[in-house]
Formats: sequence, structure tokens, C-alpha cells
Amino acid sequence: MSGEEFVPLSLTPLLIGTFAAIACALPGNFLVLRKQALIGDAISHVVLPGIVVAFILTGAISTWPMMLGAAGAAVVAVVMIEAIRRLGQIEPGAAMGVVFTTMFAAGVLLLEQTDTSTVHLDVEHALYGNLESLIWLDAVGWSSLLDIDALAGLPPELLRIALTLAAVSVFTWLFWRPLKISTFDEGFARTIGIRTGPLGFALVITAAIAAVAAFDAVGSIIVIAMFICPPAAARMMTNRLETQIAWSVAFAVTSAVLGYVLAGYGPLWLGMADAVSAAGMIATVAGLILAVAAIWGPCRTRAGAPGSA
Amino acid sequence: MLWDALTLQLGYNASLVAIGAALLGVSAGVTGTFLFLRKRALVSDAISHATLPGVCLAFMVLVAFGGDGRNLLGLLAGSALSAWVGLLCMNWLTRHTRLAEDAAIGAVLSVFFGFGIVLLTVIQTMGVGRQAGLEGFLLGSTAGMLWADALIIAVGGAATLVLVMILRRPMTMVAFDPEYAAARGLPVHRIDLAMMGLVMAVTVVGLKIVGLILIVALLIIPAVTARFWTERSDRVVLLAGVAGGVSGYVGAALSASAPNLPTGPIIVLVSFALFALSLLLAPVRGVLAAVLRHLRFQRRVHIRQGLLALAQGQKIYEPLTLRLLKRAGLARADGVATEAGKARAAKALRDEKRWEIVRADQAHEATAALYDGLRDIETVLTRDQIAEIDRQIGGPQGVVA
Repeated sequence: MSGEEFVPLSLTPLLIGTFAAIACALPGNFLVLRKQALIGDAISHVVLPGIVVAFILTGAISTWPMMLGAAGAAVVAVVMIEAIRRLGQIEPGAAMGVVFTTMFAAGVLLLEQTDTSTVHLDVEHALYGNLESLIWLDAVGWSSLLDIDALAGLPPELLRIALTLAAVSVFTWLFWRPLKISTFDEGFARTIGIRTGPLGFALVITAAIAAVAAFDAVGSIIVIAMFICPPAAARMMTNRLETQIAWSVAFAVTSAVLGYVLAGYGPLWLGMADAVSAAGMIATVAGLILAVAAIWGPCRTRAGAPGSA
Repeated sequence: MLWDALTLQLGYNASLVAIGAALLGVSAGVTGTFLFLRKRALVSDAISHATLPGVCLAFMVLVAFGGDGRNLLGLLAGSALSAWVGLLCMNWLTRHTRLAEDAAIGAVLSVFFGFGIVLLTVIQTMGVGRQAGLEGFLLGSTAGMLWADALIIAVGGAATLVLVMILRRPMTMVAFDPEYAAARGLPVHRIDLAMMGLVMAVTVVGLKIVGLILIVALLIIPAVTARFWTERSDRVVLLAGVAGGVSGYVGAALSASAPNLPTGPIIVLVSFALFALSLLLAPVRGVLAAVLRHLRFQRRVHIRQGLLALAQGQKIYEPLTLRLLKRAGLARADGVATEAGKARAAKALRDEKRWEIVRADQAHEATAALYDGLRDIETVLTRDQIAEIDRQIGGPQGVVA
């Protein structure tokens, strides 16, 4: 395919999908190892009421209030889960289930109650996102990458998700040692003076930020898939955290690119007229990668190291 | 208007929905309880999301064979099939790989749902034009519920309830002590699968009313609510059924009483309201009960410490202690003990001395372990033992001038 077609139509969605996938997969590694994988699921459900409340307060679809609303809802959800878990002495899974379903229901109700017929805000959009529509209209070809005027017309989601990815990477890099130690041995981490409570909370907040930014661009289904599938597949490949993160990033990029391409061109190859949902296809590819890793991965069993069984 | 809805006066469809939702709530509450007691509540999340590809595939198959595509029975069969496949995938991942259950749940949930969305977009481009009903399965749509749909829900819910009643003993045992159940020769793995199968049945039945995202709430919230009120598993099951039924019925009635109130979310919010009430007000595990317990404990500690201070002639600086002593008539506002206060203080000091001897004596080791600074010594020792200790302490001694 030529640059004239590829750059405006496919380059930005591809980049946004890839960045979102990596930004979610990085904290996902730690969440999977800490058995908190479903935090991503909970966050992506509660983002809906946050966005709706922000819309009701501001009366317009503008990005920053909505991001703030979503982030606020994520924090409220985390606090509520903790509160219900402690006050009611309920196991964390059930507390999470109570909170996120309720907040999601409240979000749907609010959405039905407000008049959103004039704006593009509905549950389906929240679930699947609109990756395909994030096109770069000002581009005419590869040369546009050097053209200041054309660059100004890049979809704002690209910049946001790139910044989020940078922030998540910096967080992971800065807190690498404490994160690694407290993930594998919380007791030891505490004895050497790492404050595991705030660190765990910071990890969840980072995950929430990644989820909200990715959600803005690609919808909640990719968020859940990318939090869990690439890290889980990477876990089957190695016993070292560094290698696992490298694998997970590779898997995330593969699923984003392959998923986007399959969604856009796969149906055409099969002789069908229209493309299918890119978000759904990315999640599907991530699942296929996980399946392959689960069947053939060298470190797939609990026993661990290859050849030890 | 609401009263009309609650008494089924709002017409045929509203009544049908209310009864169907109540039945669904009962069977979801009862089934969800076992899942909750097994500490696998979120498995329902994976199961419910895994129904989507099945619904879409069933629709495509129905259309391909020239059918209506919205035949509820066909769609439910498809959703059950794909939920079962998702369940097996999740089980396989947790049993045969190193992944923990939460990662397996999340993986199955997101991948199946993602695939379902791909299929949804395929259906949209098929040009059949009648796919509008399918999106209703995400959040439920009760507007066009037919008698046949209600019948399917009622029969499905009743069948689930009967199966739960048959399987309740093995499921309870597996939930509380899987090792013991295995030692007794129960097929734990198969019972777990049966439990999940029942959850799947409830999910499939509930797709029409509350939709696949919110059915999770009906499986989890009533069980958690019921758990606050009792410590016996059979009563938790019963109460969860009642809580689920009430939320279903009231929620459906509420949503029929005004426009723009979607049934599924309202049912979930009603059940959350029941949960919040239980969290606050339940007799033993509730927040209010815990606060009261704490206040009572605080009061005992303060009065005890205040009495000891009075007995030793120390000044009481803590305002709360002083206030409590004053309210009990043991001290005056300036911190001087009343007659009753002096007597209680002397007793408290003597008890403390008795405890000191008990704790120093190897023979009283078991009793000494009960010392927490508040327990009355009369409740753990006989009168003879106390007399023996008092002999060691001796009577009041004269003060050297």
C-alpha cells in the first residue's frame, strides 16, 4: 500500500493502538504477578460513570474534564473496594464485583437520564472505542511527518496516549527495584524499608491512568485485554521479570498491529465488504497469542524452569 | 405510579417483566451464594462476558438457515455453548498453567468479549437489518418481552433452583473445605464445574432482562448482602434468594413506573441499596454494630483505667475518662471520686493485684492467658481460688506516718 493512503488512514490508529497496548501491558505485568489482574477490569467498568458525570457537569464532550472524571471514578472505585473489603470483611473479589457492577449500572442509568442524543456518547462507544476513526486528515504521505502544519492536525489522542506511555514507563523505571521486590516478597520489602502500601496504591493509580488514557482512544475492551493477556502470555515464556516485560511489550505490539491489520484488511481478503471492529480484533489476537503461549510456552507450568519437570 | 407498578397494575408487559425479574433474582441469588462462598465470585464475570460470541454466532447461524435470528431459545443455546467453552478455557488455564485464577478470568473475559464484538460488527455488515435486538443483550432490554420469553426465563430459573437444591450439600462442602471433600471421595473438580454450569445457566437466562454485563451484579451482590445477616450457609442461601428476588421485583417495578429508567441498571442499584443497608445495619457484621462494639469497649477501658487512677490517687487528665466516670456517678466534675467511685476503685485495684499474682503463678498459666486488663477475675476463678489469692495479698496495711 502506498504512503498516500497508509499515513493518513492507518498510521495514527496503529500508533495509538500500539501505545495504548504497551501502556496497559507494563503495569499489567505487576498486576498479574500480584494477583490483582482484575483491577483493570474493574477500572474499565467504572470509567463510564466518571465520564458521564463529567459530561453532565460540563455539558460538553471535552477531553480533560472527562479524563479527570474517569480518573476520579477510578479512585472512588478503588477506595470503595477497600472500604467494603475492610468494613464488611468481604473477600476482595466479591467486593470488587459489588463496586464495579454498581458503578457501571449507575453510569448506564445516568446516561439514559441525560440527553446525549446530540453528542457521540453511548455505552457501545465506551466498550469498543473508535480506533478506526482516529485518522490524520492533514497528511498526504510520508512527507507529512516532516511538515509542521500537517503535524498540528494529528489526532490529540495520539499525543495523550504517547504522554501516558512515557509516564507509565518512567514510573516503572523509577520504581523498578521497589516494585520488583515488593511484588515477589512483600514481607521482605517491608523489612528493608519499602513502603509497600503507598507503592501498591501508586501502581493501581498508574494502571488507572493508563486505563483511562487508553479508554479514551480505544475503548475499554482493549484495556482489559492488554492488562492481562500480554503479561500472562509473557509469564509462560520466562522466569525473569526483565525478560517477561520485554516479551509482554513484544506481545502487546504484535497484537495491536496484527489485530488492526486483520480487522482492516482481513475481511477484504475473505471477500467481505467492510472492516470489523479493530478493538475486538486486537483483543482476539491477544487471546490467540496467550493460547499459543499457554500450550507451547517453555515456562507454562507451575513447576517453573524449563526442563525441570 | 410506583404503587401501581408494585401491585402489577401497569399493564401486561410490566407485570411480565416484574415477575420474570423476581424469578431471575431468586435463582441468581441462590446460585451466586455458592460461588461467593467458594471465593470465586468474579468467575461469573468471565462467564457472562463469554456469552457474547455465542449469541452472535447463534444469530448468524439462525439467519443463515433462513430463520428469524432473534429466536430467544436459539440465542440462549448459543450463548450457553460459548460460555461453557469460556469456562473450560478458564479452568484449563488455572489447572494446567502457572496463571492464577484472576488472570485466567480476565483473559477469558476480554478475549471472548473482544471476539464477540468482532462478530457483532460482522453482523452489522451482513445487511440483515434485524440485528438491533442483539445489542440489547449487553445491557438487557425488557421493552419487547414476550410471553414465550418470560416462560423461558421462568422455566430456566426454576430448573436452576431445583438443581441447586439437589447439589447444595456437596457444593457447600466443597465451598468450605475442598480438601476434606476430596478426602471424603467427592469429585471436587466436577462439583466445581457443576457450580459454574449453574452460574452459566442463570447468566444465560438473565441475558434478556439485565444483560450480560449486569448479571454479574445479581450473582454477587445478593450473596454478599445475605452473608452480613447470618453465619449459617443454608440461611445465607435463603436470604440471598430473597434479596435477589426483592431487588428484581422492586427494580423492575421502579423502571416501569417512569420513562428513561432502564430495567437492568435499576435492578442492580436496588440490590446495591439492600447491600448498603446490610453493610451499615446488620447485627453482628454491620458497620453500626462494629462502631457500637468499639464504643462499648472504649468505655470499659476508660472506666477501668480511670478507676485505677482514682485508687492510686493519680490525677485524671483524659477528658473522656472523666466524663465517663462522671456519667456513671463514680467521680465529680473536678475528678474527685464519689463514695461509689471509691468503692469501685478499691475493688479495681485489688482485682489488678489479684491478677498480678495469678499471672506470676505457673499453676494459673491457662487463666493468666485470659488477662486483657478488662476481664473480671470472678468470671475465670472460683470463689475459693480468689480467697486463696487474697490470703497471699493480705489485709489492708497501716500507712507509715
